[in-house]
Amino acid sequence: MAALDALALLGRTFLKFLEATGRLAVFVWNAFSRAWRPPFYFRAVGQQMIDIGYYSLPIVGLTAIFAGMVLALQSNIGLARFEAETQIPEIVAFSITRELGPVLAGLMVAGRIGASMAAEIGTMRVTEQIDALVTLATDPFRYLVFPRLLAGLITLPLLVLVADVIGIFGGFVVSVQTFEFNPANFINKVWDYLVWDDIFDGLVKSSVFGFIVTLMGCYQGYYSRGGAEGVGRATTNAVVSASILILVADYFLSALMFGV
Amino acid sequence: MTNGQPKIRIRNLHKSFGSNQVLRGLNLDIGVGESVVIIGGSGSGKSVLLKCILGLVTPEEGSIQIDGKEVVHISERDREELLKQFGMLFQSGALFDSLKVWENVAFGLIQAHGMPRKQAKGVALEMLASVGLDARVAELAPAELSGGMRKRVGLARAIATSPKVIFFDEPTTGLDPIMGSIIDRLIVHSVKQMQVTALSITHDMASARRIADRVAMLYNGEIIWDGSVAEIDHADNPHVDQFIHGKAEGPIQMQVRKP
Repeated sequence: MAALDALALLGRTFLKFLEATGRLAVFVWNAFSRAWRPPFYFRAVGQQMIDIGYYSLPIVGLTAIFAGMVLALQSNIGLARFEAETQIPEIVAFSITRELGPVLAGLMVAGRIGASMAAEIGTMRVTEQIDALVTLATDPFRYLVFPRLLAGLITLPLLVLVADVIGIFGGFVVSVQTFEFNPANFINKVWDYLVWDDIFDGLVKSSVFGFIVTLMGCYQGYYSRGGAEGVGRATTNAVVSASILILVADYFLSALMFGV
Repeated sequence: MTNGQPKIRIRNLHKSFGSNQVLRGLNLDIGVGESVVIIGGSGSGKSVLLKCILGLVTPEEGSIQIDGKEVVHISERDREELLKQFGMLFQSGALFDSLKVWENVAFGLIQAHGMPRKQAKGVALEMLASVGLDARVAELAPAELSGGMRKRVGLARAIATSPKVIFFDEPTTGLDPIMGSIIDRLIVHSVKQMQVTALSITHDMASARRIADRVAMLYNGEIIWDGSVAEIDHADNPHVDQFIHGKAEGPIQMQVRKP
C-alpha cells in the first residue's frame, strides 16, 4: 500500500509539473504571439527598462564591486600556493564577465524586480484591474506582460555590462591597494587577456536571466488569487522560482557555450 | 420583454467552477436602450454572468449573442473590437493604481481608440465634470480618493468611450445611502443621455428600483422571475418576495461559498 501511495504521489507531482510547464508555455506564447499587432506600448517598454536598469544600478553596482574585491582577495590566497599571484587580473576579469556579473545581477534583479512585478500584477489581478483592462479593449498580455519581458531581455545585458566594469574595478582596487599591483599593469593584463567571447557569453546569459526574472514575476502575478495572501505567495514564488531557474540555466548555458 | 432583435441574447448558459454549478441554463434578453437589473443573493452567480458576456470567463455550454452575433468563442482580436462598444463600472472601482485619475478615465480613449493624450485629457476632464468631480481631482492618484469618489471616477471611465452597452457591478455596495443615491442618479442620467443599453447587478433593492426598467431575479443559476420594476411588488413569487423584503425565512438557501 505504502509503495502504491508513493507511486500515486509521484504521479500527481509529475502531472502537476507537466500542467505548470504547459501553462507557462501558453503564457509565453500568448505574450509573444499577440505582441506583433498594434497598438505597441513603447512607453511601457521604456518605463520598464528604467525600472529594471536604472533603478537596479545601485544594488547591482554594490554587489559587483564587492564581488570583484573578494575575488581578488581569494584569488591571491589560492594563487599564492602556486606562486601565480600575477594572474589575479585574469581571474577577476574572467570570473566577473563570464559568471559573477550575470549571475549576481540576475539574482539581485530577481529579488528587486521579480518581486515587485509579481506584487504589482498580482494586486491588479485580485483587485479586478486586469479585468478592467480587458473591458477597456486592452489585451493584458500586450499591455502588461510583453513590455516587461522585452525590457528584461534588453536591459539586463546593459546592466551586466556596467556590473562587469564595476566588478573588475573592485578587483583592481584590492589588487593595487592591498597587493601593490601596478595599476597600468593590471589594466593591460585585463585588456590583453579578455576576449570578446567572454563578454558576449556573459551578456547572452544575462539576457536569458532577464527573461527568466520578468517571466516569473509576470506569470506568478498574473495567476495569483486569494487576496493579499495570494499576492504574497505569488511574490515569494516569483523570487524563488526565478533564482532557481537562473542557477539551472546558468549551468546549461555555460556547458553550451564551452561546448561541453 | 423586448421588441425586435435584442442587444444581448443569452440562451441555456452553463458555467461551473469545479463541482460548483453556478449557471444552469440561464436565459435572458436585453433590449436596445433598456436598463435591466439582475438581483440575487451573494454567490448566486451575478458577477459570473457579466464575466461570461464580457469573455472574462468562458461558459461550458450555451449561447451569448450581441446584436445577433454569437460571441462565446470569438477570437481575441474580435473580442477586442467587440469590447470597444462596452463600458463597465466595477464594484471596487478597479481603478489603475499606477495612473492618475484623468489617465484612468482617458485610458480606453488612448489605448484602445488611439486618441492623442492631450485630446483624451480634455475628454477625461469633461467626463469627470459630468460625474461631479473637478479638475483638481484629475491629478490625484486613485489611492487618495474616497469610496464614493472612486465609484464616480469608475463611472466616468465607463462612459468616456461613449459605449453602447454599460455594465454596472453592484454600483452602490459599500456606499452610504446618500452617496448610493447620488451614484444611482448619475447612472440613470448617463444611461438616458447616452441612450445606452445597461445591465446592472445588485442586491440593493432601493438602487434596483431607481435604475431599472426591468428586473430579473437570478437564483440557483437560472432567471426565476423577470418583469418591470412596477411588477416586482406583486410578483407572486416566494423567492422574489423573500429577497425584496429581506426575510430570513423562505425558500432561498443562501450560498455560503463564492462561485
